[in-house]
Amino acid sequence: MSQEIPLWEVFIRSKNGLEHRHCGSLHAEDAEMAMNNARDVYTRRNEGVSIWVVESKNITASSPEASGELFEPATDKVYRHPTFYELPEELKHM
Amino acid sequence: MSEAEIKNLEAQFDAKIARDEKIEPKDWMPEKYRKTHIRQISQHAHSEIVGMLPEGNWITRAPSLRRKVALLAKVQDEAGHGLYLYSACETLGITREQLYEDLHSGKAKYSSIFNYPTMTWADMGAIGWLVDGAAIINQVPLCSTSFGPYARAMVRVCKEESFHQRQGYEIMLSLCNGSEEQKEMAQDALNRWWWPSLMMLGPTDAASTHTEQSMKWKLKRKTNDELRQQFIDQTVPQAELLGLTIPDPDLKWNDEKGSYDFGAIDWDEFWQVVKGHGPMNKKRLDDRRNAWNDGAWVREAATAYAAKQKLKKEETAQAV
Repeated sequence: MSQEIPLWEVFIRSKNGLEHRHCGSLHAEDAEMAMNNARDVYTRRNEGVSIWVVESKNITASSPEASGELFEPATDKVYRHPTFYELPEELKHM
Repeated sequence: MSEAEIKNLEAQFDAKIARDEKIEPKDWMPEKYRKTHIRQISQHAHSEIVGMLPEGNWITRAPSLRRKVALLAKVQDEAGHGLYLYSACETLGITREQLYEDLHSGKAKYSSIFNYPTMTWADMGAIGWLVDGAAIINQVPLCSTSFGPYARAMVRVCKEESFHQRQGYEIMLSLCNGSEEQKEMAQDALNRWWWPSLMMLGPTDAASTHTEQSMKWKLKRKTNDELRQQFIDQTVPQAELLGLTIPDPDLKWNDEKGSYDFGAIDWDEFWQVVKGHGPMNKKRLDDRRNAWNDGAWVREAATAYAAKQKLKKEETAQAV
């Protein structure tokens, strides 16, 4: 019996109006057990109103080595920011 | 990878930490960084888990329901803290099973303080006040350590930990305001826990082999001696408020340096305990191993149940 119990990622919505945020991980055999454990481990002090659990193996993550090709193209596109445009100072409400 | 390439990556890595950028699990890191972090984070996790044992000793004998629910909640928090830390450690590519195995085989260490016995109820007060107090001093700087998952776990731990220290101090306060006998119990607990608490903050800077590298990686943000001085300076007035005497005849306020001078620490005792010869080392590890072995059927049942449910679902899906 040396098979690892599966790993799950836990996401908590701290209150309605806010997004779920990743808060940690835990091991559980199935979704129900992951949910119960998440409640005990991550919401002992009213930290949440909603929990998502996702088995870690189902998450596809970008690799840090690919950061360049993924994110660098955005850095030279300054025209996507409002400060790129030169307008007269007297102009109001813009 | 060639040696020059590794050197280059290491230089980039060091610069990143110097800029206060965090390191995340999938980022490239020097092998030594990974190993050191696995060692420290797992030691920390084991300390939380073994730390439940001395207190578990008193749950059934807590003097009132109020004390009992508080102690239960504290011990449950420690289980939680152990889990946050194990999870953080696993992101470095070691399995939970391996971590447990290293604890149970005696290969991995945990805090020396938990190898002392809890003889009276007053020890629950002294542990909360002193041991959690020293732990907080150690942990607060770790909230800004360079490894992201560790830093995030520490933020959660620190948020929860302050109740631990307050409940301990309240126990001491009640005893000190009680009968002569109760006050003696409190003093006796302070006498036994004071020196081990000072040792808990680690060997002196001169004797500490990891300090320099750990400071560079922000795995340590203050040296052991600095942390110890901070602990003493903040704890002495708290003892005065209780009307208790710190068991150190050399303890004296030093106006010039603006902090307390204190007596020599018995480092032989510390190293004896670290090497496994403390009063409770054997019992603590036996208890951990028994808990793991006696719980095997629960883990097996959970696996079997999950497999059965999965099969059932698949059968139902086929039938439709």
